[in-house]
Amino acid sequence: MAVVYRQGNASEQAHQLGVHNARLYSLRARFRSSLWGVIRAVILLGICYIAVFPILSKIASSFMSRADLWDNTVAWIPRHPTLRNYQLVWTHMKYPLAFWNSAKLSLLVSILQLASCTVVAYGISRFHFKGAKVLFSLAIFTLIVPPELFTIPLYLNFRYFDLLGVLKQPISMINTLWPFIIMAATCTGPRNGLFIYILRQYFKSMPRELEEAAYVDGASIFRTFYTIMLPGALPAMVIVFLFSFVWQWNDYYFTQLFIPNYAGLPNMLNQLAYSVLGQYWADSMVEVSLLHNTGSLLLIAPIVLLYVCLQRYFVESIQRTGITGS
Amino acid sequence: MRIRKLGRLTLRQQSIVAGYLFALPFILGFLFVFLYPLIQSIIFSLSELKVTKAGYETTFVGLKNFVYVLRGHPTFVRELVGTVGNMAANVFWILVFSFFAAVILNQQFRGRLLARTILFMPIIMASGIVLKIEMQDYMTGILEYGMEEANTFLATERFSAYLSTFQLPKTFIDNILLAIDRIPEIIRSSSIQILVLLAGLQSIPSSLYEAAEVEGATSWECFWLITLPLTSPLILTNVVYTIVDYFTSPANLVVTAIRTASFGSLGYGIGSAMSWIYFSVIGLILIIIFALFSRLVFYQE
Repeated sequence: MAVVYRQGNASEQAHQLGVHNARLYSLRARFRSSLWGVIRAVILLGICYIAVFPILSKIASSFMSRADLWDNTVAWIPRHPTLRNYQLVWTHMKYPLAFWNSAKLSLLVSILQLASCTVVAYGISRFHFKGAKVLFSLAIFTLIVPPELFTIPLYLNFRYFDLLGVLKQPISMINTLWPFIIMAATCTGPRNGLFIYILRQYFKSMPRELEEAAYVDGASIFRTFYTIMLPGALPAMVIVFLFSFVWQWNDYYFTQLFIPNYAGLPNMLNQLAYSVLGQYWADSMVEVSLLHNTGSLLLIAPIVLLYVCLQRYFVESIQRTGITGS
Repeated sequence: MRIRKLGRLTLRQQSIVAGYLFALPFILGFLFVFLYPLIQSIIFSLSELKVTKAGYETTFVGLKNFVYVLRGHPTFVRELVGTVGNMAANVFWILVFSFFAAVILNQQFRGRLLARTILFMPIIMASGIVLKIEMQDYMTGILEYGMEEANTFLATERFSAYLSTFQLPKTFIDNILLAIDRIPEIIRSSSIQILVLLAGLQSIPSSLYEAAEVEGATSWECFWLITLPLTSPLILTNVVYTIVDYFTSPANLVVTAIRTASFGSLGYGIGSAMSWIYFSVIGLILIIIFALFSRLVFYQE
């Protein structure tokens, strides 16, 4: 039996012979594949280097002394390594206290935001009611609006809070945790629209059969949500928790707005230079750069750690977070 | 087996009630924490704000604030135009880069997990206080030591001196340098975009590619006819997200201007007017993008 086939390279011939596996039969194909491997490794190395360069340079300079900074031959490894920067930063930033304050606030905000956004996202994605689409669009809309637009009136509202005229004397909620609690519990914190989006896409991608099986077995709506849907939504929830925690940990604008001079890490970092060097700190930018680098490192170290611990929940299983909604 | 009913409602009605109940936090939040201040800020932008002991008073001044922002303020319009121009270039390159990175990260190779982890890290550094301190130091560093010391990472000054030995036209060198200067910024702003596109690439069933290969498609055709159309909804999502992220990030000159105006001597009225102008520009750009691109997006129904 004559089999007519095109002349092709070895892999095409392999296909026509019925071999569909991605085995590379020809030397040329194998060479091309390993060449691409090398190119890819180089490109990736370059990109990753650029991505982590800030952290690496901060780590390097945090061990440098003043002499090293003026020394032109020192690029990465200090000639006179010192722990002085760390000591200064630790005491002047009041690190243990500030760490605890930051942790309290970030944990509070991110847990509340996670809870409320998950509940809302579940509601608008699994139940068919007329408002579902509208609410989703509104959530996206809150993302598009620049925060400055409504934080200014919001600040005034919190400052002179009179419950729409019910209270005769307005009370001030500034310097308390209430603004944060209110915003987090109602999905109106910064970027909450993004969280609702992620969670909704995820819920939408879960099969209906799960819920229907639960309902048939007699579970109520809330029980179904709690026992069946939530555990399955873990990757998306981890992402949302991580984002909101990191955002709140690093945040300076909102924290400064609602609780001025809150003794958390961002604020302590901001006044670090002034605390160590006094009023004219801007005149010695060299020292300041040492302090700021070390301070920033100490500030982001906990969340880098958190990220490294949590990333296995979502980096490998990105597909299952259903962001694509398919 | 009986389905337990919520009171005497039908299943359909139950569904509606449950939906609204679950969405209640956001409904309340949107009305009181978002919409109400938004309306207030419209009022502020049209009035002069005085903060007194008992509260705050507004006196209606019409469009005076807007006129001041557009005409009287020394730098706002210039910063706005500059930011929009920057955005166009940045958004384009971020999209290209994130697509490229997502394709690479989707392939199988050792150390893929490490690469993904590293590329996702810049999110931690790109917000809040770390960003503010870095910008501050960068600005002060320029003032004190000049551009050379401040821009130590890419050593662009020395590179430009090297390039000029080739006697290329100066504008050419300048454009190359501008592009290269952007590279770190682009790589560091692409983390979420890479995540989204990676998820999209992974959701394309491999049977499509196999079928195409059997039919004799080259990898170039595979890319244009399979990969690109199926990820186009996500590309549009990325465009919108990148634009919004860029416009609301505090590294933005306009945002800084708004903040200094609101809490400084100019007052909340001017600040609100600025924010509204800024928001209308963003909204206009988004509408244009949507109108242009939603026809190109391929939706799988």
